[in-house]
Amino acid sequence: MVKRIKPYQLWQLTSATAKELLREPGVIFWGIVFPVLMALGLGLAFTKKAVTVRKIAVVAPERTEGFSVSHLPFHEFLDKYGKKNTVASTEDYMWRVDIRDDKLGDYEFLFYEMDRNTAVMLLKRGTVSIIIDDTSGETEYHFDPLNSDAHLTYLKISGLAASVRGKAETDYQSEDEVRPLTLSGTRYIDFLIPGLITMGIMMSCMWGISYTIIEKRSKKLLRRMVATPMRKSHFLIALITVRVTLNFIESFVLFLFAFLVFDVRIQGSLPALIIIFLAGNIAFAGIAVFVSSHTSNTEVGNGLINFVVMPMMVLSGIFFSYHNFPEWSLPVIQKLPLTMLTDAVRSIFNEGAGFSFIAMPALILVATGAIFFAAGLKIFKWY
Amino acid sequence: MAKVTAENVIEVRDVWKSFKSVQAVRGVSMSVPRGKFIALVGPNGAGKTTLVEMIENIRRPDNGEIRILGKKWKGNEEELRRTIGISLQQTYFIDKLTVYETLRLFASFFDLDRERVEEIINLTGLDEKRKSYVINLSGGQRQRLALGIALINHPAILLLDEPTTGLDPNARYEIWNILKSYRKTSEASMILTTHYMEEAETLCDYIILMDQGKILREGTLQQLLEDDKGEKVIEFTVENSLIPPDIDKPGLPFKITRDQEGQKAWVTIKDFDEQMPLFLTYIKSEGLSIKHLECRKKTLDDLFISLTGRRIDG
Repeated sequence: MVKRIKPYQLWQLTSATAKELLREPGVIFWGIVFPVLMALGLGLAFTKKAVTVRKIAVVAPERTEGFSVSHLPFHEFLDKYGKKNTVASTEDYMWRVDIRDDKLGDYEFLFYEMDRNTAVMLLKRGTVSIIIDDTSGETEYHFDPLNSDAHLTYLKISGLAASVRGKAETDYQSEDEVRPLTLSGTRYIDFLIPGLITMGIMMSCMWGISYTIIEKRSKKLLRRMVATPMRKSHFLIALITVRVTLNFIESFVLFLFAFLVFDVRIQGSLPALIIIFLAGNIAFAGIAVFVSSHTSNTEVGNGLINFVVMPMMVLSGIFFSYHNFPEWSLPVIQKLPLTMLTDAVRSIFNEGAGFSFIAMPALILVATGAIFFAAGLKIFKWY
Repeated sequence: MAKVTAENVIEVRDVWKSFKSVQAVRGVSMSVPRGKFIALVGPNGAGKTTLVEMIENIRRPDNGEIRILGKKWKGNEEELRRTIGISLQQTYFIDKLTVYETLRLFASFFDLDRERVEEIINLTGLDEKRKSYVINLSGGQRQRLALGIALINHPAILLLDEPTTGLDPNARYEIWNILKSYRKTSEASMILTTHYMEEAETLCDYIILMDQGKILREGTLQQLLEDDKGEKVIEFTVENSLIPPDIDKPGLPFKITRDQEGQKAWVTIKDFDEQMPLFLTYIKSEGLSIKHLECRKKTLDDLFISLTGRRIDG
């Protein structure tokens, strides 16, 4: 039996839901201000390359009378090339080597001389990333090759040392030109903003819709409302409408901020973006109704919401690309609703994608939302 | 098949309900004649709320039949919802919605406009609070709002679950006055659950005493208290000792009921002049001496204690 919509009732429900939300001062902060601050913080941290400082342990040779560095290749390099610290105390570094590079960022290497045992201890603590030992007459680098940061430090220093000694034993100093990508759509902030927008949609739907329903159920307000001729569908429609509207405002503010501060642009189709945005909202609103369909315990609700949200937060490539996860897991990750939404939004922002690219994900997201919504309604506990 | 008469707006026939290990309602039958106010009185856990919630169609009975205005809930939900006004035992409304907005919202569920909202604000005396958020209302004001919402659709049947529990006497009188004035302007019938005998006495025509999911006694207050015409209750304590458990002996012309610790006991007496001296002699013969003695009218509490050995609010 299809019941007709009652506009007056729907309007009252929508307006009550909106007022309830907007009168909670935290909503504006966490919904709108916080994502902007997060974008600002992460944007600045990952777009401006600061000087990278790395500490390196050098194993101290025995300094007997008539000691010379001539048979210690790395000490020789440091003496020749590094700046010796004049106010050296035991706590301080002994040499400093600076690499100035406009394109790849500046590096500052600080060398500390110490005995082998201390060096190993500091390596374990993560204070130094490499130990260099030339006491045998050959330069040995000790570091964990799986630690990419240590590996990079090794490449930089060994390359420099080799070039200073005039022995091109590695092909490190290649003549190839390095051109950093500064094109719009390739920076980290371009990657980040679409992710923050889609994460915002998921969080807002899941917490906003699920939690509101569970709380109203636990306070018996849901039961009180259903004990009137109120249309149950109108209650849910009002809740979802208010949430989607708020999501739209949140996303718009975040985008506006990113546009003004970081010059992030939407390169693809705006109507396509709106469609995938709505599809994402439908998907997560449906999941939210399903998750909150039965429990009246807010603690249980908390757990359920986290169960849905957490894996996607980690796996869906919001902050960092999911392509670093094992190959076998990618097909699964790519089918998560948040991944689908994020990939689609990102492609519109950064790759100039249009309808043809987002049609499939949008359809799947809408279907996901509809299935969860229907299933949720089937088992929904109003009393 | 239940007999449904035009006079009875609510018919409950042999209704049962259990939750996991608890049998909350065990074969209750009752009816509410048109225009009558009925009180359901009983201690916590007596099954009052479960019974009322089944009448409200918030819970489904395991067995038995419930008809409102001769109709079952199934298939008549929309119509019946428009006919009844309910107030749940505890209801929180939306914290940051004003009194006026809350009433507007509930009015919209019944397709009623602001005119009715104004009437309810007047009826419940919430005019000064119309712009206050619900969260800032006192307990009494919140209950008046809940009652106002129950009355918003001019209900022919009111189902109120403990509308005054936890309120101070003043706030309680305000609720009673609202109900009395609603009664004057409507033909409404009502079921009200309560712990308070005074409330049942003031508002209701008929009282149903419930305990452990069953109806213990029912009737008008007079019928309940004067089963045995003109009974008086004498409450007493004794000097220096507790009242022994075997104080009530078979063959005595009166019945003595003792509280669990033996601090206090009650004796029900029909003929004061004849039985009182017998009672005093009996106490003496038991080696006890009266410390304090009070004669008063029998209450529902006394009836309940004499039937179950427990107090209604205990």
